[in-house]
Amino acid sequence: MSSLKKTILHAAHRAMGARMTPFGDWDMPLHYGSQIDEHHAVRRHVGMFDVCHMTVVDLRGERVRDFLSYLLANDVAKLQVPGKALYSCMLKPDGGVIDDLIAYFMGENGFRLVVNAGTMEKDIAWLQAKAPDYAVEVSPRFDLGMIAVQGPQARDTAMPLMSDDLRHQVAELKPFHAATDGDWFVGRTGYTGEDGLEIIMPENQTESVWRQLAELGVQPCGLAARDTLRLEAGMNLYGHDMDERVTPLASGLGWTVAMKDDRPFIGREALQRQRDAGGIPRFIGLVLAGKGVLRDHQILFDGEREIGEITSGGFSPTLQRSIAMARVAADAGEHLTVDIRGKRWPVIQVKPPFARNGEGCID
Amino acid sequence: MSNMPNELKYTKNHEWVRDEGDGVVTVGITDHAQELLGDLVFVELPEVGASLSAGDECAVVESVKAASDVYAPLGGEVTEVNEALEEGPEQINENPYAEGWIFKLKIADASEMETLLDAEHYAECCANDD
Repeated sequence: MSSLKKTILHAAHRAMGARMTPFGDWDMPLHYGSQIDEHHAVRRHVGMFDVCHMTVVDLRGERVRDFLSYLLANDVAKLQVPGKALYSCMLKPDGGVIDDLIAYFMGENGFRLVVNAGTMEKDIAWLQAKAPDYAVEVSPRFDLGMIAVQGPQARDTAMPLMSDDLRHQVAELKPFHAATDGDWFVGRTGYTGEDGLEIIMPENQTESVWRQLAELGVQPCGLAARDTLRLEAGMNLYGHDMDERVTPLASGLGWTVAMKDDRPFIGREALQRQRDAGGIPRFIGLVLAGKGVLRDHQILFDGEREIGEITSGGFSPTLQRSIAMARVAADAGEHLTVDIRGKRWPVIQVKPPFARNGEGCID
Repeated sequence: MSNMPNELKYTKNHEWVRDEGDGVVTVGITDHAQELLGDLVFVELPEVGASLSAGDECAVVESVKAASDVYAPLGGEVTEVNEALEEGPEQINENPYAEGWIFKLKIADASEMETLLDAEHYAECCANDD
């Protein structure tokens, strides 16, 4: 345990009664008592998450836009207004997903990436390996902390903690845009399917902000609630729903791949070949018809034929039923079953999201 | 610190056993176990009449994040199951030693009771797990 990394909020989590769990290299809060209460707090009011383990990477250089255009499967040409954000996968030449990330346009010659904790080292190595060709400077910002404040009351609750300038900007902020003031950077983004903010700030201010948010009634939430919220919202989790062995096209992320024009990017040829060949596995949402819980790696059947597996499964506190995302063969039929501990149970195919903005999205 | 009542017996797999007299015991999972599992959402109960040997997998408790087997602490026949858990699995979180009981067992061999742990030894097991 002692070798695990601790975020700047570690002591605050312990003081708030968190049960901690190893998450990659990090010792992170799993929950603070009840993950279901935390989940509902975000859907109904406001909750907050320590996301300091994620890494901010700043990119600078005259050709930084060309650099990202080549490295990302989504097209940064969509980012013309400073602060605008783009969700994208970064691919290997064979189309496998190195990571999924958010890229922000920072204005003149600058972009900011926010990358996953577990993939941070390989992401930075990949970026640094490609950067010299474009004379781009790659700067991981380990001096910054990050708190996600999520839920219908997130913005109203968090804005009083900001400078006057930032507060006025955030009041006008559109979804998937960010505002900045000095080292503070606030995106109207998140991983829960609710309105909310991701607040990046100097690491030495992060604990004070966390405590002030708690005093304002914001529910601290752990990784367990983060997982049920993102699953209900139909958002992929790297390492579960996709990784280096699959392409975005087989992971429900075709919408994030920009191939309409002839922009070259790493992985494009592999994706084109996969499209031309056809038979791409389908990525689907599932609801368990009966009782029980769908889990990662449970096997799915069409009749007696094994046709795929669950990539993310769990219990939906909003729907009070078990839900999952799964990768199945292109020709899998409509009526599927899942193997749970040796018994087969029917599952219903649905289109995610399962729940967003406080409400269930399926019958 | 988890609650571990002195009048109960325990297994290292985190079941508790209450001797109800007449060779019948009540079985559940401990406060420590429910804390580790987190919010429970589903319980698969054993069948009434099932004949179990000590150590058999006989029930499943599922929390939001994980499924965990419940093992028969003693050999015997299942005489009753807590059907209220089908609609209210959270009772195991809220009151693991009362409303959260899982099943009752008519034990085959009373001497097996001596294989169980008392509260003090169970507490040592939990401390070693952490």
